[in-house]
Amino acid sequence: MKTNGKNGDVRIGFYVCHCGSNIAAMVDCPAVAEYVRKLAGVVVSRDYKYMCSDPGQELIQQDIKEHQLNRVVVASCSPLLHEHTFRNACAAGGLNPFYFQMVNIREHDSWVHSDRAEATAKAKALAHAAIRRVRFHRALEPTRVNIHPDTLIIGGGIAGIHAALLLANAGKKVTLVEREPSIGGHMAQLDKTFPTLDCSACILTPKMSAIRSHPNITLWTYSEVAKVDGYVGNYTVTVKRKPRFIDEELCVGCQECIKACVFKEPKFADEFNVGLGKRKPIYIPFPQAVPQVVVIDPDRCIQVKTGKCKQTCVEACADRHAIDFTQQEELLEIKVGNIIVATGYKLFDATRIPQYGYGRYPNVFTSLELERLVNSSGPTTGEILLRNGQHPRSVGFILCVGSRDMKTNRWCSRTCCMHSMKLAQLIREHTDADVTIFYMDIRAPGKGCEEFYDKSLKDGIQFVRGRVAEVTDWALSPEEEGKLVIRVEDTLAGFVRRIPVDMIVLATGMEPQADAQEVRRLLNMSCSSEGWFLERHPKLAPVATFTDGIFIAGCCQGPKDIPDSIAQAGAAAAEALSLIDKGYIEQEPNTAYIEEADCSGCKSCIPLCPYTAISFDESKQKAVIHAALCKGCGTCVASCPSGSIKQNLFEDEEIFSEIEGVLT
Amino acid sequence: MKYSYFPGCSLKGLGRAYEESLLPVMKHLGVELQELEDWNCCGATAYMSVDEAKAGVLAARNLAIAEQNGGHDLLTPCSACYLVLNKTKHNIADFPDIRDRIHCALRSANLTYTGSTRVRHPLDILVHDVGLDVIKEKVVRPLKGLKVAPYYGCQVVRPYSTFDDAWNPTTMDRLLATLGAEVVHYPLKTKCCGGSLTGTLPEAGLRMSYILLKEAVRRGADVIATICPLCQFNMDAYHDQIDRRWGPTRIATVYFTQLMGLAFGFSEKELGLQRNFIPMKPRPVPPVAA
Amino acid sequence: MMQIKRTIKYEADRVRGFSDEIMSVSGCEQLKSCIQCGTCSGTCPLSIYMDFSPRQVMALVRADFKNEVLSSKTVWLCASCYACTVECPRQIRITDIMYALKQRAIKEGIYPKRFPIPILAKEFSEMVRRKGRITETLLVMRLFLKANWRAVLSSWRLGLGLIRTGRFVVRAERIERQAELQKMLAAAGNNNVRPTEAA
Repeated sequence: MKTNGKNGDVRIGFYVCHCGSNIAAMVDCPAVAEYVRKLAGVVVSRDYKYMCSDPGQELIQQDIKEHQLNRVVVASCSPLLHEHTFRNACAAGGLNPFYFQMVNIREHDSWVHSDRAEATAKAKALAHAAIRRVRFHRALEPTRVNIHPDTLIIGGGIAGIHAALLLANAGKKVTLVEREPSIGGHMAQLDKTFPTLDCSACILTPKMSAIRSHPNITLWTYSEVAKVDGYVGNYTVTVKRKPRFIDEELCVGCQECIKACVFKEPKFADEFNVGLGKRKPIYIPFPQAVPQVVVIDPDRCIQVKTGKCKQTCVEACADRHAIDFTQQEELLEIKVGNIIVATGYKLFDATRIPQYGYGRYPNVFTSLELERLVNSSGPTTGEILLRNGQHPRSVGFILCVGSRDMKTNRWCSRTCCMHSMKLAQLIREHTDADVTIFYMDIRAPGKGCEEFYDKSLKDGIQFVRGRVAEVTDWALSPEEEGKLVIRVEDTLAGFVRRIPVDMIVLATGMEPQADAQEVRRLLNMSCSSEGWFLERHPKLAPVATFTDGIFIAGCCQGPKDIPDSIAQAGAAAAEALSLIDKGYIEQEPNTAYIEEADCSGCKSCIPLCPYTAISFDESKQKAVIHAALCKGCGTCVASCPSGSIKQNLFEDEEIFSEIEGVLT
Repeated sequence: MKYSYFPGCSLKGLGRAYEESLLPVMKHLGVELQELEDWNCCGATAYMSVDEAKAGVLAARNLAIAEQNGGHDLLTPCSACYLVLNKTKHNIADFPDIRDRIHCALRSANLTYTGSTRVRHPLDILVHDVGLDVIKEKVVRPLKGLKVAPYYGCQVVRPYSTFDDAWNPTTMDRLLATLGAEVVHYPLKTKCCGGSLTGTLPEAGLRMSYILLKEAVRRGADVIATICPLCQFNMDAYHDQIDRRWGPTRIATVYFTQLMGLAFGFSEKELGLQRNFIPMKPRPVPPVAA
Repeated sequence: MMQIKRTIKYEADRVRGFSDEIMSVSGCEQLKSCIQCGTCSGTCPLSIYMDFSPRQVMALVRADFKNEVLSSKTVWLCASCYACTVECPRQIRITDIMYALKQRAIKEGIYPKRFPIPILAKEFSEMVRRKGRITETLLVMRLFLKANWRAVLSSWRLGLGLIRTGRFVVRAERIERQAELQKMLAAAGNNNVRPTEAA
């Protein structure tokens, strides 16, 4: 590769791109080329219709050879889109790619201005700045980082499960960490899935069992990630394993201990049935739980709380000795190259909208509660019952509870329209109740979903367009006595209605998990203003994050249905796989480095680094920057009191000459 | 404890029993009230329908006078006044164009307003400044066995209340319970009484008052407690018309301050209770407290 | 014979700039976000008497149907209970929009004839301008005289009751510095007509 001294014979090639009419309509491109041609060091200056096209790139390569160019500047679109393209063109022409500089005259100029003369003047100034700066560029080599072949997946819902199986089937080792005692997530709580009405458990449980039996998957349930250190390819993760007081290897799930528990009857609210059922202090979360191993609730078990129980459970377990009250919380450390975050969502707390009476009127349910009532393994073995044990003769669904509401959550939760229609159809199937759905807009864009909406209409489900104002037990007429009355404007009919029903189902929306911010900090990700984990690019990098080697899948990124969660999980697995199989990653060398001689060892840079990339060498009493961790943010460079930290591609002379160029 | 006191026009007219009960009760609790010097009408809802800028000026004059006379919190018993004064205060803080116009008008009368005066409802002051424990100590004739429907109406709880929930306010419930009364579940506690529509459009307005009365009777209440002079008037003075239209629903509506006064041992006359169209049912004289 | 009514609207029925005018009132700009969910109408205790529901009024304003909105009964039925404002999922200050519409209807004289509510508003403001305070009984008498004198007769029982309970006030309440207040009101009214921004 050609190199030359810092201030040696600089030969610059300049190219200004029309981008069709995107730039040329507002910037006089030939005039910019003409202007730059006269600047010091410029050997070639051209304008061209599409610099990113093959002929455009070949132009650069030819000129490098023909005119012995050793610097290249392209004025076109955002470096985010084509810096890589032009650097590759330089490399193909035999030039170190870091002798290249890009000027954005589209997003920063032609798209945001309306005066052609001024926009052209701005393009000239920006180009001049780049011409001045590129003179000081040095040949750099990207740093190369090896990728550890194992992957950590956080969250054992359908997204985490799917990603784990894909990677494991490709022969990669996976550790799946789940906070709850069983994997399965929200999907395990669903009865049927829209729009095909296939049984959720039937399609999910084979995948759950596969996780348990797969030789490449280590499953840690009842566990949480406590700490993440390192960088892409080389993460060290500490996982906290909570004591379940059961040896998972020894327990066979025979449930004799549960029968023997000193609590003769189930007494405590059962999480899986969202409080509609009861369980004992020793329990298996649900029949298809994976692992099929019991768990002891430390807040309820007399032995754990007081140490003074007869321990009939231990007796029942007999020779297996699976119950172990001495278990302690464990911290385990693993090394992985990539992390897939699939931590899911939390349901909106319906008591936050008191108008709808949840928690006040017993027959107001959430959609997840109804899901458990419909399910044959649920607390009513599939019978849809009111709290008093009677069958409802009329049911009202209220949509957008905690969605599309500036006072709670502004976003659309995307699944509630379809979810409610599915539950409505199941109610029509199981009972002869009248069902009315109160909606603002029916959103059924998924495959087969509009057809499902049509089926709901044909099934005789009533649809009333209007956001319900209030649910009350205040009766105004005899037919309202003893009922829950919904007051709503039927916006399509054009009048206010009072509709008495026996049961109300609130379609509660999705929210980021309560600890999403902690998880975000743990993994150095970003969140949108709503609290969902932020993808690197909303279209082009939907499962990548701003931290290399960390991917997101499923509802932790935003509300979505099962097919979309699976699709993202597949994408995240493929992203991880592509890094693993390549074996290494090349990183932009725009990293900071320390002129060791000048470092005073004051350590002020260390706490400032957002990526914990700086450590301290005690023997030399100097700060050390780990290039693989450095993201090139420049915080340490600006803060170093002795000026001993510099940054590749952002050296002082590069920046100052760039400023001079703009101001000339 | 000292407050500026903004009675508002109603408390000098149709709602004079509110003032007649509020003043002795506050005095009894050691709360000093100083009537705002040369206060003027807040503008109520009617003026806002005519000219928003002038309505703001009316309210702002009172806020400015309060600020210049010691800057005490402004105790405002009437719901409409409470809303309008608070709304003006918020508008001055939030909207520069309104602020400029009001400041300009104030300047023409050599008045200024920096925005510091706090507008507060007696319920807020009684529950949060005085305290329920202090009130409890003053109760000599507990309202034992008296079933009260707590009725808040609109404009105190909506939209500017800072001291209670807009949907399910509870300060008066707790206050009444402290007096020994039995508070009945009253789901209409924040519904509208009809406001001035009872006079201008009785078909709609009176029906709203009627629904409130009927539901209180249905819930087994002996009396309705209110915090607003217009609500009290609507639910008390129109009984003959309501009876004619929809049948009798005889239940008295009194100010919460009157119930406090009764519990503190004041006579009905001292509290203006004789001014009710529908009198509160006479209560058996309880045995003298030990 | 069956009565029929043509309800089609033409572009010429719209008054361009009206929605911008309303939305430029401080606090009313959120109207742009209305999704026509009907929470306002469902919450409103008076929507059951309205010719256009509050939701429809929002739609009419946004589509510049000025004449339809200002001549509707809806704005005059608003009792200012603020339930819609508190409940609106888009945080639109619907009550304040109703005020903005009432002011324009009064200014342009578009409201139902002998309809007592706008008359009350005007009589109220006039009494405040002259006295600084309201004497309710006197105000109501004036209202009845202007709007419907027969109502005085039908309300004799109410009047007697007020006299009996000592609530009938005949001496007008007034403030001391009336001139000061009038000066302030005049100062506020100086540039009362806000220039409407060109659409």
